[in-house]
This record gives sequence, structure tokens and C-alpha cells, in this order.
Amino acid sequence: MQQLLNGLFTGSIYALFAIGFTLVFGVLDRLNLAHPAVFAVSAFVGIELVEVAGLSIWYTLPIVFVVGGLLGIIIERVAFRPLKNRPDAHFAGLISSIALAGMFIALLQWRYGPNTRRFPADSFPSTTFTVFGAQVTLLQVAILVISVALMVALTLLVAKSRLGRGMRAIAENPTAARVLGINVDRVTMTTFAISSALGAVAGALFAMNVNSAQLGMGTAIELKGLAVIIVGGMGSLPGALVGGLLLGLAEVFAVANIGSSWRDMVAFGLLFLILLVRPQGLFGARKVREV
Amino acid sequence: MRTNLFKLTAAAGVLALALTACGSDDGGDDTDGALAGEGSGDDCVIDGEVAIGAALSLTGAAASYGESQKNGLELAAEQLNEKEGVTYALTVEDDQTDPRQAISVFEGFAGDGTSLIIGPTLSNTAFQAQPIAQEEGVPVLAISNTAAGITEQGDYIFRNSLTEAQVIPQTVAKSIETYGLENVVVMYSNDDAFTESGYEVMASSLEESDVTVADTLTFSKADTDFRALLTEAKNLNPDAIFVSGLIEAAIPLVTQARELGIDVPIIGGNGFNNPQLMADAGEAAEGVVVGAAWNSASDNAENTAFLADYEEKFGGQPDQFAAQAFAALHIVDHAVREDCSADRDAIKAGLGNITDLPTVLGSISINADRDAEHDAVVQVVKDGAFTVLP
Repeated sequence: MQQLLNGLFTGSIYALFAIGFTLVFGVLDRLNLAHPAVFAVSAFVGIELVEVAGLSIWYTLPIVFVVGGLLGIIIERVAFRPLKNRPDAHFAGLISSIALAGMFIALLQWRYGPNTRRFPADSFPSTTFTVFGAQVTLLQVAILVISVALMVALTLLVAKSRLGRGMRAIAENPTAARVLGINVDRVTMTTFAISSALGAVAGALFAMNVNSAQLGMGTAIELKGLAVIIVGGMGSLPGALVGGLLLGLAEVFAVANIGSSWRDMVAFGLLFLILLVRPQGLFGARKVREV
Repeated sequence: MRTNLFKLTAAAGVLALALTACGSDDGGDDTDGALAGEGSGDDCVIDGEVAIGAALSLTGAAASYGESQKNGLELAAEQLNEKEGVTYALTVEDDQTDPRQAISVFEGFAGDGTSLIIGPTLSNTAFQAQPIAQEEGVPVLAISNTAAGITEQGDYIFRNSLTEAQVIPQTVAKSIETYGLENVVVMYSNDDAFTESGYEVMASSLEESDVTVADTLTFSKADTDFRALLTEAKNLNPDAIFVSGLIEAAIPLVTQARELGIDVPIIGGNGFNNPQLMADAGEAAEGVVVGAAWNSASDNAENTAFLADYEEKFGGQPDQFAAQAFAALHIVDHAVREDCSADRDAIKAGLGNITDLPTVLGSISINADRDAEHDAVVQVVKDGAFTVLP
């Protein structure tokens, strides 16, 4: 039971991170590799807010969300928009976002130095519950609730709101969307902002969950995020949710049943297996190539 | 235009060559003359500055250790330079916790006439960089490498840090005795030379005792989420958990263990020996047991002065890495003054003769294997500070 919960908590953070990744990919067909850097930046910003401004960790999350959104706008303006009319825009954007990620990390290192940073020891609520014999902290419950709530909100936004309709129209065909009177640039920018805001909250939650923020934390989760969105089906929001939880659980069960050294081997092996059976991913629609 | 440019470049090249040639000739004569002095011991006077190079991890995963080491070296150099006779020019370079970077730093030191190299910080970096010094005949004093086999790399490699093989058996024996352990779980990160060799010593000391090892769990040095492993450990109901890992892993590991309700002692390798553990893990660090090469509470004269001077200069308490670095420069000073020469081979001979030298680490000797020998201390975290385990 404890292991199941461990997997769910870690998995929900993977999912929240991956869902931001997949949103940009699904709507705009772009892979934003500055996303992991946002993840790291927000963790450091969150720690700074608690440590220096003395805010409670609950108030830092909305601020981190906004900071993430702003970073998303910067990413879109700097790394993607100037290149959008190039014939190789997909690839160029991918590379320029890697460059921007490098700059974010360099700025972090300049501001905070290379050391691992942590939230002050007394900033977490010490409430602990016992659920079916498993120890659960209030913080972990909050992580799960916040992640799931954000993901549900996003799914509703995409499905029901005007903005969501705009996103889906652009995903279908940007030129047609423009003809229909959708402000493509604004919707694109908003998509990046939402995506990065989710990634930022994921970063802050991750840092709280393990009480440690390192410059390389984005790189460590990047591969997992990519694996999750591929398994979930590129661009599929429920796919990212299920994929994230699945990866979290797979890791935990590898540790519990096979051996800790085999964790990545088993987790990624399992994902591979899913792809062999369903090459389009769990929730991915099989795309017919347009001529 | 093209020809002009070509001529210009060629001329500049020739000029540069000529200059370097002159430079190295002069330099050679100067160095030889200036590095051998007159007198011996406290009366030794060497005219030139003795160049000491240090390759430390000031950035990257081991940066928190490197920073302490740098402080320890700088304090020692400052104090030794106040003493008459020998002046040390200390150069600290960053190896970025990267073996490739350490190699190029070592090559730099070997090429510029440095008398002795200190470092690098981590054992797995050391295994790649120190052979460079051995080939070039530059003595090395390792100040924090604790993995087995460091000094076996060659006769120019010395160390003043006790090996895991020296400290861990004492830690294991002492904690078994104090806590009456019968059933334990061992955890270690299996992708780092330092923590792996620490684990091997831990495992063999446990094997020699009557303690049952219920399970051995591995993690990666970059891991920060240990809940799954710790849940496994908890299910086995151990009397204690032995961990060989770096401080970056130690802090989240200890915090998460306490969160999951694991209240048994956690016995760490040398990586846990860092005041950052109490600063960042807070109450969770209580009951963590660590073997150490340096007893911060020791009341010998060298140590009392060191604690006060360090506090004054840096405004904080030193850790073992600072103490070992501080002691290292005193050992080097003793070796230089013995024959009153900062010649590389003279220092090498001097280091081999260190016997019962009083330092902040206690009375230290360098044995025939070029490893240091002195007493270790087993500590437990109590009320937020390391205290000697009763």
C-alpha cells in the first residue's frame, strides 16, 4: 500500500510535468525543450520565496504558477516566434529552446551557485496520516490533489472554453484557424504560458516532495517526461496523465519486486513494451499522413 | 592583404616561439636555484615562493566539499606564510567535479613548475587525474579521497585522509556494540567509486560480525526520491540502516526515512560527515551515526586554535574537509622544511618521513603505503550537532 502511494505521488508530478510538455506539442506541433529548465527555475524560485520572503509554501505555488507563465511567454517570444516562418521551424524551435534552457540554467547558477538548495527545515506542515497502514504526509496529499486538479482544469479548458476551441482549431490547421478569425499568435502565446505554468508548479512540487533542488533536476526528469508523452500518445492530455502515473508506479514496483538497480531498466522497458503493442501510444490517434 | 596577414602571423609566431624559449630557459634556472634553501626545520629559508596547486570541486555535485577544502587551504597558507622562511603560493583551480576538467588542471600544474598538487576532491576524479602527476613526477597529497587504491597508483601519490577501509570498520563495530544490532539493511549508490568502495568495506565488516543483512538496496547518486527503497527497507523491520552515499543523497534519504516512520539509527559512510546534514535535514538527522577522521570536539592545541581561527575568518564552523585540507598544508610544510627544499623529489621524500606529526586531525603518520594513519572517531547526531558516540 505504501509503495502504491509512493508511486502515485511521484507519478502525479511526472504527469503534471509531461502534460505541459504534451500541450505545446499537441496544439502547436512543437517540442519545447526549455520546459525542463522552467521546471528547475521554478523550484529555485519557490525556495527563494519561502526562504527570503518568508511565505508559506501554499502561497508560493500560485506565484510560481505565474512566474512559470511569464517564462512560457519569454520562451515563445524568444525561441519560437522569430523562427515560426522558417520551413524548418519545428527543428529550429527545438534547438533554440535547448539554447534558451541552457541560458536559464546558467542564470540560475549565477544567482544561486551550484549547490543543492532546500526549503528551510520547518517550512513543511508536519501532519502525517496513516492510510491502510501507510504513512502519508499532508504535503504528499496536497501534491496529488494539486496535480490532479490542475490537469482536470486544463482538460476542461481545452474541451469547453473559447481558448480551448482556438487551441484545437490551431492544432487542426493553423492557416484555416487564422482564416476563421482566431488570433493565432495570442492563442500560441497563451498555450506556452499555460504549459510552462504547469511545468513550473510541477518543479516546485517536486522540490517539496524530495526537499532538494539541483541545477540538473530538469535534465533528470526530461527523459521521463518525453517517455511519458510518447507512451501516452503525443499530444494527448489524458495520455500524459495516465502515462505519468504508470511510470511512477512502474518505478516503484521495479524497486519493490525486482531490485533497486533495475528500476530504470524495468520502467523504461515496460514503456517500450507498451509502444510495441500500441505504437501510437495509449491514447494517441493513429495519424494518417496527409499528402 | 592576404600575404601581409600571412607574414604578420608568421612573424608573430616566430616571436612567440622565441619568447617562450627564453622564458623557459630563465625560468628553469630561477626555479632550481630558488627552491632549495638553507637550514632545516624551523630555520629553513627558501628564497623563492613554493608553488602549491590545488584541484578542488568548487562547482558541480561535490561543490560543498570543495568549498570547505578551499577555506581550509587558504587559512593554512595564510598562517604558514606568517612564519619566517618559507612562503607558499597557493593556486586553487576548479575541477568542476568532472574528471576531464581535473585532468587538464593537473596537466597545467605539472607543466608550470608547481611543487606539489593537492586534490582532487572526489575519488573517482582522482583515479583519472592523479596518474598525470605520477607520470610527470609531481608529488600529490590527496586530502579527501577515501576509496581504496588511491595511493597504489604510484609512488608520488600520498594522502592524509583516512580511507573508508580505516574508518568504516570502527564505525560498524562501535554501532553494533552501542545499539546491540542484529538485523540491518544496507543501502548504497552503485554508480560512484567512493560510495561503492565504502559499501564494500561496510559489507565485509558486517559479514565478519554476527549481524544479519536482511537486504542490500542500490540507488543512483543523482536520485532524490528514496521513498520506494525506504518502504522496502521498513518492511524488513531492521534495527538500523547502513548507507553509503554522498551528502546530496543523504539529506533527502534521511528526511524521507523519518517521514515514513523509520526511527532506527541510520549509519552513514564518510559522505554523511557534513554539518549540512543537520542544517538541511533538521530534526530528521537526529540519530544518524557517522564515522569520521576528524573529531571536531577534540581539545588538542592545534584543533582549538583551528576552530577559533576558522570561525574568525569565515564566520562558520569548519567541517572535516576543511580540517583535512588545513592539516595537509601543515604536513607539506613539514616535508618541505625537513630537507629545506621545495624540489618535487625532496617533497616526495619528506612526505614519506612524516611520523607522529601533531595536526588538527591528531597525531598523524604516513605509512609505507603512503596512506595516513591516525585515530578515527564515531559520532552521532544529537540535538543538531555531532557528538562522540558513547
